[in-house]
Amino acid sequence: MSWLTNFVRPKIRALVGKTDVPDNLWQKCPACDQMLFHRELENNLFVCNHCNHHLRLPALKRLEHLFDDGYYTRIELPEVEIDPLKFRDRKRYVDHLKDAQAKSQQDEAVTVAHGKLGGHDAVIAAFDFSFMGGSMGVAAGQAMIAAARLAKLQEAPLIAVPSSGGARMQEGMFSLVQMPRTILAVDEVREAGLPYVVVLADPTTGGTLASFAMLGDIHIAEPNATIGFTGARVIERTIGEALPEGFQRSEYLLDHGMVDMVVNRHELRGTLIRIIDMLMRRAPSAEVVPLNSGDIEIPTPKTAELEKETEAAVDLAADD
Amino acid sequence: MRHFLDFEKPIAELEGKIEELRHLSDDGDLNIADEVSKLQAKVERQLRQTYAKLSSWQKVQVARHPERPHFTDYVKALIEDFTPMAGDRTYAEDAAIIGGLGRFRGYSVVILGHEKGADTDTRLKHNFGMARPEGYRKAKRLMEVADRFGLPIITLIDTSGAYPGVGAEERGQAEAIARSIDTCLSVRVPLITVIIGEGGSGGAIAIAVGSEVFMLEHSVYSVISPEGCGSILWRDGEHAQDAAEALRLTSQDLHGLGFVDDVIAEPLGGAHRAHDVTTHRVGDRVEKALRELVNIDGGVLRARRREKYLAMGANGIG
Repeated sequence: MSWLTNFVRPKIRALVGKTDVPDNLWQKCPACDQMLFHRELENNLFVCNHCNHHLRLPALKRLEHLFDDGYYTRIELPEVEIDPLKFRDRKRYVDHLKDAQAKSQQDEAVTVAHGKLGGHDAVIAAFDFSFMGGSMGVAAGQAMIAAARLAKLQEAPLIAVPSSGGARMQEGMFSLVQMPRTILAVDEVREAGLPYVVVLADPTTGGTLASFAMLGDIHIAEPNATIGFTGARVIERTIGEALPEGFQRSEYLLDHGMVDMVVNRHELRGTLIRIIDMLMRRAPSAEVVPLNSGDIEIPTPKTAELEKETEAAVDLAADD
Repeated sequence: MRHFLDFEKPIAELEGKIEELRHLSDDGDLNIADEVSKLQAKVERQLRQTYAKLSSWQKVQVARHPERPHFTDYVKALIEDFTPMAGDRTYAEDAAIIGGLGRFRGYSVVILGHEKGADTDTRLKHNFGMARPEGYRKAKRLMEVADRFGLPIITLIDTSGAYPGVGAEERGQAEAIARSIDTCLSVRVPLITVIIGEGGSGGAIAIAVGSEVFMLEHSVYSVISPEGCGSILWRDGEHAQDAAEALRLTSQDLHGLGFVDDVIAEPLGGAHRAHDVTTHRVGDRVEKALRELVNIDGGVLRARRREKYLAMGANGIG
């Protein structure tokens, strides 16, 4: 141990002031165990650059990545009754909520924002799994309804990005009725003739999957996301045998007809733009007169002339 | 042999004594009749006391009582010319949810619901009331038939939940439930729901989004089983009772919170002690609701049902 480390450095640090250093500069990839540097991971949209494993993406990062130029406007969500059941397990539910809010710097699990997506207006409702497992309570239901109404108001498509373990059991029946309520939300979008696209992110399970998340016009899944109704462990315990390889993963769901496509996070924005453009801009931007329609004479150059022209062009090129 | 719950032990003992005395009475002792009626009064008093203050956990046990009247009992008691309809027209017939056409107190209706089964054979046949996607797709099909012909729909709920299986997941359990809920919300006919036993989470609400939702006095309805909730939130298997209390899953709780429109009283000692009384009380309550709803325009019915669920929990406790 030298005098340098013991004495000088702390002093310099004190002079410079405390820098904001994140606690976990390095994170282990849950799939391949490689160490990932936080900045690299962020720059790579939380995708492991060794094995392409898609780690969970915080909702705000998701919005920033999807909207044009990372620009979007969050909408204020309606206030809801907090802890309607005065629920307590080992701890009071309100304390669980406060912890989650302090940890995530967010009020609730769902963020709703609008902005441009490939030039089109779009509304995105994104879940954040780090907020109490992205669980769906009254707040999430209200957020989905607000998102649907905003989409209607703006005549814009609605994109839902669930990442949720299911219903928030601390809200009891209040959480179960969010299944019909979020379905009513997407019904409003559908009835307005607007596209509703679901991007199933890891994980989407339980009541969240069995409501708005399975009723999209298009279902996109992120690679290797866990998607299912009943938890795998419960199924394993019930049937008493090992589950098939890849069970309840995106690719498995694609094989079984539950999603339209599995899309890498890097291609997600492009895919969404293509789909929305197709569904929102249904006719060509300008009127195009079809060729050979019979109404218009198109002069056809004679073959000999054409050859001559081609030769001339070749000569010109040779001169250069 | 009658099935007694843990907390019914004193009642079981008294009833055992009555049985014994009845056997003795063959010997011709006259005082025995007196003794029996005295004991019977005692049993009634015990039942009244016990059932007046059941805990949430005890209600869970009553709601799951194997001798409780099931879907089939209601159909037998209330529906004339029941004409079952089977299959989802896509993959299979799932007997965990059964239903069909029938005549209920003069009205042509579609009735459907979960059937748990009453003995080993029927329990296996009906998969203990745990439906697979086909069950929910059949429910959707039946509701659509009702919608097309303007028939009121009656749904009876009694399930611990949707079936947790590999095939069920592969064939889209979640999608089937979501579509079934969507259909409940969309039909332009009266939809009356009665929770007759266990209302287990998504598998229950899939067919329980009614214009009117009633619960039998000792039935339960919850987002998760108390056992599941206990093991997740308390991280051990010992807290099902605490979870049952915290979840507010009884008919009285849910009526107070505005999720249930009415509670149907059960006979003394629970529905399992008097099937006839129970089924007829359910029938009477459903008929009363039906008479009010049949005069309302279909579009209005649909809009009101949607409004009802949109309003739920939106402005605090209803």
